[in-house]
Amino acid sequence: MNSRNDRRGGRAILWLLGRLGGVVLVIWGAATIGFIALKFIPGDPVDVMLGVQSQVSDETKDLIREDWGLNEPVIAQYLSYLGRLVTADLGTSYQLRQPVTDVIALQLPSTLQLTALAVAFALALAAASALFARGRRAGRAVSVLELVVISSPAFWTGLVLIAVFAFGLGWFPVAETSTPRSLVLPALALALPVAGIVSQILRQGLDSAERQPFATSVLARGASRSRLLGRHTLRHAATDSLTISGYLVGSLLGGAVLVETVFARPGLGRATLRAIIDRDLPVVLGIIVLAAATFAIITVVVDILYRVVDPRLRDRADAS
Amino acid sequence: MTLAITTRLARGRRPRWGGVIVASVVLAVLILAAIIPGLFTPADPLQTEIANALLPPSFAHPFGTDQSGRDVFARVVYGTQHSLVIGFTATLIALVAGLVIGTLSGIAPRGVDTVISRVIDVLMAFPEFLLALLIIAILGPGESSLIVAIAIASTPVYARVSRVQTLVVRRSGFVRAAKILGVPPLLTVVRHVVPNTLGPLLVMATIGFGTAIASAAGLSFLGLGPTPPTPEWGLILSEGRNFLGTAWWIAVFPGLAVTATVISATVVGRRLLARRAGWAQ
Repeated sequence: MNSRNDRRGGRAILWLLGRLGGVVLVIWGAATIGFIALKFIPGDPVDVMLGVQSQVSDETKDLIREDWGLNEPVIAQYLSYLGRLVTADLGTSYQLRQPVTDVIALQLPSTLQLTALAVAFALALAAASALFARGRRAGRAVSVLELVVISSPAFWTGLVLIAVFAFGLGWFPVAETSTPRSLVLPALALALPVAGIVSQILRQGLDSAERQPFATSVLARGASRSRLLGRHTLRHAATDSLTISGYLVGSLLGGAVLVETVFARPGLGRATLRAIIDRDLPVVLGIIVLAAATFAIITVVVDILYRVVDPRLRDRADAS
Repeated sequence: MTLAITTRLARGRRPRWGGVIVASVVLAVLILAAIIPGLFTPADPLQTEIANALLPPSFAHPFGTDQSGRDVFARVVYGTQHSLVIGFTATLIALVAGLVIGTLSGIAPRGVDTVISRVIDVLMAFPEFLLALLIIAILGPGESSLIVAIAIASTPVYARVSRVQTLVVRRSGFVRAAKILGVPPLLTVVRHVVPNTLGPLLVMATIGFGTAIASAAGLSFLGLGPTPPTPEWGLILSEGRNFLGTAWWIAVFPGLAVTATVISATVVGRRLLARRAGWAQ
């Protein structure tokens, strides 16, 4: 028994190592594609850095080029970029003249708070609609609601929320970003489309699980409806929702750009926008790497949760 | 939301006929408004009239007026053209690029196929909207780079689907028959493989059209697309943001137009998808 457990543990560790290798590959791929793409930008990076109307002599430009290592062959630049990436050094911002990691670290907490609350809202709303809208009529009403919520752009939802709850009813502050109260509306704007999608997947999963023979046999055994839901069908439905939720959480950074702009909140989303408008390439590349890393890590976490929810997958550790 | 997910959601859910008819009518009206905007409103979307600034919705101005007294209804109607053209062009480019890349990947030798698939995987690790933003960082802001950015950002999904379809069709009896009959490989691809992959892609594109319009509105809301005073939905919204406390109608109505377009495209797309699923069974 003991040795069997050990073997299982060993397999799980091997599996995890394999997945972490995958994470590294995705980060490397994203860094490489990003690096190549940014090399295609028309114009001299130094001119981009200094702005169009700058009056800088060619000698100074050469010095700057030297300073940033832009005179070296592209391959050398790429290798040194990768080398620094390994030590978590993302380079220096053209515009802010500070390490990209500092720029990101400064903005990250605000966006993390926002996305964490958004995820909590989304899951709570999705669970509520999946658990309570079980009847035929309620289901239909909820599915229309889901369609509307999914189809409304997050920035517009945000504006409507401000108009109604901040300006109209005065329940929330209009132009404040530091209090916990000010976090509610932006998190809700970010959460609603995600909630709509997860709720739809969850309800589909519950419906199809309830049609399966095992559901009938559980009920025939005399178990109550809530026991069937809590112990059996919810588990089945949860696996699909997990994949989607993972993907959606990864995509929240894209939504954060819009929502942070709508609510004039500081954060990574606005830093991204700033970097794109200023053409601050090191920051852009840093955010590319961060987004890819986030996505890859979330995928692994989802896979681990998958095994927790679905025991059938645990013994297939060696197979996958 | 992203195309990959909306397409996936469509499985197993067949929209009711009533909804499909309403959605088709909305799409038809939008297309009409894009072609002949003058049919819907006599007002000029660029005509400023300071005396009439920030008027609430009324009979004369159904959607009210903005800070320079321009008719918001006229701006939304004329904005249809911009949004629809951006959405349509971006979707078309993504569809064609995805079809070409996916088909080539599907018939290419294994090594090439693996490399292309991995690149697609990495690109799909980025949320579509973020990817479009990053592409604009390379191309610089503007209406045409907006189209290209949205097109490139949604290409991986189309490429992946058409690759899978190609792999399936390649193994089918009629392609093998064509090979035995001595039909040149290129002709086989064009005559037999592509027509079979095109169907699912076109259905995806119906839903993708709505997604593309929403992304376009988002990007131009951020100021990365067309420049003022162009009547474009995202741009009108961003102008309305500053007057939210006093004149909610400037921001609310163009957003409603975006939402209505996305819903209609999704409903029609889901219906088509359900029909395809029905054929398959």
